Amino acid sequence: MKKVLLLAVFALASAVTYAGGYRVSLQGNKALAMGHTGVAVVNSSESVFFNPAALVYLEDKFSISAGVHGVFSNIAYQDAETGANARTDSPVGTPLYLYASYQATDWLAFGLGVYTPYGSSVEYEDDWAGSHLLNNIDLQAIYIQPTVSFKINDKLSVGGGPIYVTGSVNFNRNLNRTLTDLDGNRANVTIDASGVSSWGWVASTMVNLTDDLHIGATYRSEIILDAEDGTAEFENIPNSPLTPFENTSIKASLPMPAEMTVGMSYDFCESWTFAFDYNRTFWDVYNSLDIDFANEAIPDSKNARNYKNSSIYRFGMQYDATKMFTLRAGYYFDESPVREGYFAPETPRNDSNNFTAGLTVNLGEHLQIDASFLYSHFKEVDASYNYYFENGVAVPFKGTYKTNVFVPGLGLTYKL
Amino acid sequence: MKNILKYTFAVLAVGFVSCEPEFDSPVTDDGFYSSGTANLSKYVSVGNSLTAGYADGALYITGQENSYPNIMAEQFMFTGGGEFMQPLMNDNIGGLLLGGTQIAENRFVLAVDANGNPGPVRLEGTPTTDISNKLSGSFNNMGVPGAKSFHLVAPGYGNVAGVPTGSANPYFARFASSENATVVGDAAAQNPTFFSLWIGNNDILSYATSGGAGVDQTGNFDPSTYGGNDITDPNVFASVYSQQVDALTASGAKGVLVNIPEVTSIPYFTTVPTNAIPLDAATAAQLNAQFAAYNTQILPGLAAMGVITPEEAALRMINFSAGQNFPIMTDDDLTDLTTILQGAPFSLPPQLAALLGQLRQVKSDDLIVLTASSVLGTTPDPNNPQGVIGVSIPLTDQYVLAVSEQARITAASTAYNATIQALAGAKGLAFVDAKAALARVANGGVVYDGGVLTSQFVTGGAFSLDGVHPTPRGYAYTANLIIQAINDTYDATIPTVHIGNYATITVTNN
Repeated sequence: MKKVLLLAVFALASAVTYAGGYRVSLQGNKALAMGHTGVAVVNSSESVFFNPAALVYLEDKFSISAGVHGVFSNIAYQDAETGANARTDSPVGTPLYLYASYQATDWLAFGLGVYTPYGSSVEYEDDWAGSHLLNNIDLQAIYIQPTVSFKINDKLSVGGGPIYVTGSVNFNRNLNRTLTDLDGNRANVTIDASGVSSWGWVASTMVNLTDDLHIGATYRSEIILDAEDGTAEFENIPNSPLTPFENTSIKASLPMPAEMTVGMSYDFCESWTFAFDYNRTFWDVYNSLDIDFANEAIPDSKNARNYKNSSIYRFGMQYDATKMFTLRAGYYFDESPVREGYFAPETPRNDSNNFTAGLTVNLGEHLQIDASFLYSHFKEVDASYNYYFENGVAVPFKGTYKTNVFVPGLGLTYKL
Repeated sequence: MKNILKYTFAVLAVGFVSCEPEFDSPVTDDGFYSSGTANLSKYVSVGNSLTAGYADGALYITGQENSYPNIMAEQFMFTGGGEFMQPLMNDNIGGLLLGGTQIAENRFVLAVDANGNPGPVRLEGTPTTDISNKLSGSFNNMGVPGAKSFHLVAPGYGNVAGVPTGSANPYFARFASSENATVVGDAAAQNPTFFSLWIGNNDILSYATSGGAGVDQTGNFDPSTYGGNDITDPNVFASVYSQQVDALTASGAKGVLVNIPEVTSIPYFTTVPTNAIPLDAATAAQLNAQFAAYNTQILPGLAAMGVITPEEAALRMINFSAGQNFPIMTDDDLTDLTTILQGAPFSLPPQLAALLGQLRQVKSDDLIVLTASSVLGTTPDPNNPQGVIGVSIPLTDQYVLAVSEQARITAASTAYNATIQALAGAKGLAFVDAKAALARVANGGVVYDGGVLTSQFVTGGAFSLDGVHPTPRGYAYTANLIIQAINDTYDATIPTVHIGNYATITVTNN
């Protein structure tokens, strides 16, 4: 009987979840206002991210852009069968970026970028219906990327550089649907890993077919953050050898998938630019999230994610209205990497339609204020996560989700 | 600049926080679910320990929070249900004090002993719920642990002064509106718009758990003369039950009636096997030799003399074999031979005559109660290793619910259930066949999202560690059954719950 009980309790531990790769496409206010296009746009030092090869074509000797976005993300959940319902009360995310470029010679430019392409911040009410999958998560990955850009000729340039990533993750979930201490407080675990670092790289090229028509391609490598000394902190665990959950260290691998972008931009009617980007994010690296507890008594946690590669189609327009104002607008369609049956509450992302707008205010020769706004529209979706197990039996967590995201952003560009 | 940024974000923050995503039809909207023709605004539940949320041999807060009426009341919130007040205990230890003296035991928890074996033990600690501390206000949950059908209409059942003598109930004493209040009176006084009534279980259960130690009072219409372990007369039941339904429906309330499950559905009676005694061939032969004269001479002789019937003689034969054996027991329903055996022609010594007086072996259709597991096979006298309970010392009658005793229970509960169902039909009330539903749990189990709910002790998920009362998951299963009956009867669409979200047993070491 003891064995049965042990199995029963252990199996409950085997569903530690972790944020699905949450791609945060907020790498510049100018680009975001144009639907986050930019692989073929020569505009500002935001190209450090979008296409390092474009840096060498910038007109300015020195350019620096910095900004912040405020991510207001809301998730509502309900299950008509039981009436269970929940809303997230997530803190406002504030991803930052900083890009600098320096035109060393006619054919050589250097750049440096600091940005946060992956992250997630979701907070449900503790002990909500899906608390065995997630109570809250905060994931951050900061990319630091020195860049070099070569002009081969007026038609062709290449660029690239190494990427240093430092990341952290903190999440909390209940151990299962029912385990409590004697007073009914739900047993839960907080996984924390910070200062996890790794290296990757970026390579890109730009082709100027004519003065007005540009095409570009950027590849950013996959980066796997291996957390070697994270911690697992258990709370409200009953005092019993049947529930041997003690604080311990953990190992886990957090993949930041590779991303390929190709696109074009076309300048027309003197003050107009049209841009199109196609992103392919290689999410299939995110097959399963496994957490290895150092304490042998606690079974390792395997969590199927089975993401699929996904595409994003981006369209943007820019209009230089006056000397002072540049106006932008855009749209993108963002395909979810989440397969049917893998819809977990930490990334309840179905396909989304995204609308962007923004402007730049030129304050004299050197200073610009960049503002942008993004609204992400997700359709209401009935979905489930079918890979949570209790005692070897799959217990799907299903319901209806409705998500929306508003992202205002503000930035500064200074150039010489 | 910094300030502009700050203010811009502050303004935007206010704006976007109010931009919550809205479902096309939110479950929280009025009208998403319907209470049909029932009005759930004031729900009062009436019953016994099952209604109170009693589990693990005690009443405690988390058990009460998972009582089936509380689970139902939470679901009623979607269809106009109001606040549901329960007379919550003071702690999660269970147990009761009266003037500082403990009068009810603490709850069971599943603890692992020094050898690594898990088993139920009483949680250590001093209870803090003193029944002399009267709770104020009225309570929607009028479940009173220990109450029998006729107790609900008995004035003084909540008088704390009557608790030491057994004329009053310690749980009701905590929240009875006055010394002379009745449970049903206090329930009806709340003017419920909806009620549930689940009573009658204890009218047979205490007889069953005592191994039939009480008396079947069928034919005795005066419950004031009943002992605690007696079976209530079905006419008494019918009379008080219809009084209760009348009182609860007096102001037009709708409600639901729940019938009485079979005791054979609960692990208290199904966990200890009837052939629990393992013997090797040599020991079995030795024992058989000791009973040879009894089997081959005394019993046939008594039958020939007409003292007992040939059937009883056959029933009383003792026979062991290698392998699993039925323990010996005393059965009060057998003819008492103690005196006869001391006389001629047997002339047995008094001690032996007393041993054989009402002796038989347990039969496969008897039920051995859960508490027998701690005495079966033990040697109560450490100086006499031969004195083994079940082998050389009979198991006393309180540990065995004999077939004859089961028949009395079945007869009474069948009569109660006929009353319950007939009243539900006559009054247009919803009816829940808990008997059939619990039989499904006991026979094969009920599939839910995460496994199969069975009545297996400790591991089955439906029953708490006292072997009688449900776990929170068992209560959630009950709540779903009742909600479904309400939905069917009153054309309602109250949502049910996922029973896998409700806990089972509590593990903890003292």
